[in-house]
Amino acid sequence: MTLFKMFRRGSAPIARERLQILLAHERGARNQPDLLGILREEILAVISRHVPFEPDKVQIKLDRGKSVSTLEVDIEIPNGFGTALAKAS
Amino acid sequence: MANVVVVTSGKGGVGKTTSTAALGAALAQHGEKVVVIDFDVGLRNLDLVLGAERRVVFDLINVITGVAKLPQALIRDKRLENLHLLPASQTRDKDALTEDGVAKVIDELRTKFDWIICDSPAGIERGATLAMRHADAAIIVTNPEVSSVRDSDRIIGLLDSKTVKAENGERVEKHLLITRYHPSRAARGEMMTIEDVLEILSTPLLGIIPESEEVLRASNIGSPVTLSNALSAPARAYFDAARRLRGEVVPMIVPSENKGIFNKLFGRKAA
Repeated sequence: MTLFKMFRRGSAPIARERLQILLAHERGARNQPDLLGILREEILAVISRHVPFEPDKVQIKLDRGKSVSTLEVDIEIPNGFGTALAKAS
Repeated sequence: MANVVVVTSGKGGVGKTTSTAALGAALAQHGEKVVVIDFDVGLRNLDLVLGAERRVVFDLINVITGVAKLPQALIRDKRLENLHLLPASQTRDKDALTEDGVAKVIDELRTKFDWIICDSPAGIERGATLAMRHADAAIIVTNPEVSSVRDSDRIIGLLDSKTVKAENGERVEKHLLITRYHPSRAARGEMMTIEDVLEILSTPLLGIIPESEEVLRASNIGSPVTLSNALSAPARAYFDAARRLRGEVVPMIVPSENKGIFNKLFGRKAA
């Protein structure tokens, strides 16, 4: 939307365009299961089979980028297991 | 056969309570037996807009908890004998609004009234979901403005999934009521047009209520606008919307401002 168009046609077309894009996205997400919740549960289930940790010392973040999104999993592991993992790698 | 209608929007301040009062009164003026229910526990206002604020003795939660019988809580309008109000509680905890309790009250009202109009609180919490729970039809009140349209879309999603009808595989009949419409602003491209909003929400249009000082005046004096000034533009729009709700086919009038040539040329800033 150019500045020229904005002055010529007012801001309503911008409102309409923004809403169409936003609602298309929100409607798509509405009926999807909670992806982050499912990932969190399954990842934690796998790790807890091998390493003990406290569930509230876990942080999972999803950053949506333009072309790539990143899933960040941050788990605090007690020290003994930390050194075992370091040796194994 | 009683019709349960929820007046809802998601966003606050778009005109749910005003529209509930005006449509309830318009239907009663047509001879229909109407009850309007305020679901906004803790922030009731339908009583005030209807001018019945000093007549509230018992409320919806009193009926649900068994403190009062339903006929004791119903307030009959002084001007329209067909119009009744079931007020919300102003003080009680809204957890007292239970799903079973609401179901029982609605069932009892179905035997007594032609129209049961539920004025939903803003938001998507308990009060709002219970107000829409038993609806046969929904009126989604929307202003031609981005946040209102977005919230309406969200509410439409809830009407299609969280109502008794939706859970039984049926559909809640949905109607869009566009309020606070400025025809001149829309014409200048400053406000989304009716077509824009309809295209985005793809919901059938029940009516277009133009922005008008008469609406504010009506709430100031505690009278539905269809009673306070029945010939005003918003009142006529509400009468038409009420007739459409009853299933009549009424041509849709898009409000326009009849301006003289002088105003057309010089009156832009004044709008």
